Amino acid sequence: MRLEPIANPSLARTILPPAIAIAMTVVVASLLAMLAGANPFSVLGLILKGAFGSKFAALETLNRATPLIFTGLSVAVAFRARLWNIGAEAQLYAGALITVVLGTGALPWGAGALLPVLALGAMLAGALVLLVPALLKVRFGVDEVVTTLLFNFIFLLFISMLLEGPLKDPMGMGWPKSERLIAEARLPRMMEGLRLHWGFGLAIIAAAVVWVIQRRTTLGYEMRAVGLNRDAARFAGIAVNGVLIKTALLSGGLAALAGFSEVAGLKGNLTLDLSPGFGYTGIIVAMLALLNPLAVVAAALFVAGIFVGADSMSRAIGVPTYLADIMLATALLLMVLAILLTRFRVVRE
Amino acid sequence: MDMLDILLSASFWAAAIRIASPLIFATLGELICERAGVLNLGIEGIMVAGAFAGWMAVYSGTGLWTGVLVAMVVGMMFGLIHSVLTVPFGLSQHVVGLGVTLLATSSTYYAYRLALPEVTSPPKITAFQPFEIPILSDIPLLGPALFAQTPMTYLAFVLVAVVALVLYCTPLGLALRAAGENPSAVAAQGLSVTGIRMGAVIVGSGFMAMGGAFLTMSAFDSFFFEMVNGRGWICIALVVFGAWKPGKALLGAVLFAAFDALQIRVQQTPLGADIPYQIFLMTPYVLSILALIAMSRRAEVPGALMVPFNKGER
Repeated sequence: MRLEPIANPSLARTILPPAIAIAMTVVVASLLAMLAGANPFSVLGLILKGAFGSKFAALETLNRATPLIFTGLSVAVAFRARLWNIGAEAQLYAGALITVVLGTGALPWGAGALLPVLALGAMLAGALVLLVPALLKVRFGVDEVVTTLLFNFIFLLFISMLLEGPLKDPMGMGWPKSERLIAEARLPRMMEGLRLHWGFGLAIIAAAVVWVIQRRTTLGYEMRAVGLNRDAARFAGIAVNGVLIKTALLSGGLAALAGFSEVAGLKGNLTLDLSPGFGYTGIIVAMLALLNPLAVVAAALFVAGIFVGADSMSRAIGVPTYLADIMLATALLLMVLAILLTRFRVVRE
Repeated sequence: MDMLDILLSASFWAAAIRIASPLIFATLGELICERAGVLNLGIEGIMVAGAFAGWMAVYSGTGLWTGVLVAMVVGMMFGLIHSVLTVPFGLSQHVVGLGVTLLATSSTYYAYRLALPEVTSPPKITAFQPFEIPILSDIPLLGPALFAQTPMTYLAFVLVAVVALVLYCTPLGLALRAAGENPSAVAAQGLSVTGIRMGAVIVGSGFMAMGGAFLTMSAFDSFFFEMVNGRGWICIALVVFGAWKPGKALLGAVLFAAFDALQIRVQQTPLGADIPYQIFLMTPYVLSILALIAMSRRAEVPGALMVPFNKGER
């Protein structure tokens, strides 16, 4: 078989493959639900209901989507320039770390001054964490996929060390967790009475800012050029290495905001289970959004919905929550294939 | 205990070889894929799946070697998914690899929960036992370190030799290496680049799964979540460290495992007790990164690694 580009894809060609990918994901999920001895319709229904079926459920989904928007943006920015940042998990924890280091009383300021400093400090920390693999790539040609992956393990152990050492809450009954943030360091709720913090608002703003950077600035143009064809970009006079470093700083900073937002908006302290893999899930979010920053918001809501819905479904009828992870992995693989098939046709030899 | 005492003890080297064994399987698997031109980031998840599949098969009553076979077949199935998407369709090997890792890991955990819904701690199996090779195991130091291991470790070493032999001394090996260096030349010979690459990924994935199975069937006797714990990523670094050559990769894996065995022993000394244990746990990952940096200047990357091949396209 051979792939042949399609000059003018028809409407059906554009819509059908992604639709079939989604349908097949649902079929896979149904088969797995049946394997668990459950009725697939009730499983899928319960996931939908658990994700968006009530005000409480919807708010829970929005809260869960917040860190995913940040990590999704982080991955989207990096992948667009073909910088394979798989280390959003480490950068997230770097952001969370700065938030608790500065936000537990070290800076006795009002919220108006403290919160921006925490957010910027977090971004800086995340940027620095990704700067190391980026420099290794640019200077020594060390593949960033492996280094960023390994950094996740190293950084989590580093956090664990701090939580059992200098950062340990003396009142924590021996649990490895940090002290709680002071009230001024907490992100307020977006609306009185609604369990939704300003981290979500910040995430939406971040998505808009990233969109503007990518579409309306020289840096964004350079990032896309570097991602499309590194040699051509270099030939056109773009300082490729410089662009990669700037991309890394932005990407690391965005992932770190997820850590800031989770600690300052939701949890209030730092523990080792702050992130159930938000960094890795960000890759799915970014890919489902086709690396488009605005679509990242929608993709994050979809992914968060599946997770929240599956949790609630699992509590109700006992099908393991890992069903959500399988659905997302399947959706990811089928979707990248579907997108390809909107632009290419398969020709038999 | 003195450092020299540790380095001269047979038990230390026996531990190093044991720790190296799963890495050898998986590194070989990754090496085969990359030599054919495909980066397989599914390795971490495929190891998880292999660890579970082999152990579950034995727990359900099959023999140990059947369990290894089951693990291998499961790994090859994930390899098939990976290869279909990355070779004929030429999709991003990064994205597909991570997707396969996610798919393999989550379906393993799902299967575990379905198979053993009520357990709090996973059941044990009767794992492979050490087998002392007569005469050879009586050699001082070398004997107990190399020749009193479990059969799977011997298999790992045999596989290194087999893979090296196939890669360098057979037409198949030549075609595989050429598929990773200069696929157009392979196609010009009338061979199918797609077929060779897919075959390499499928077989390589089978090896990765055997590496995972070593953990549950030889190193331990049970399956735990997070058991593979980044070993797959470390193997990717080992392939680079071994300059994409089976012999060097084996050396790298043993060297790496020796450092790992050493840190475990240092941890138990009075000096080690004063250092946070996390520092020790970090060492394998830090070592991998250092190895990558050290080898970066001399890296002999296969010319067409991560370059999809579309026949007729020039």
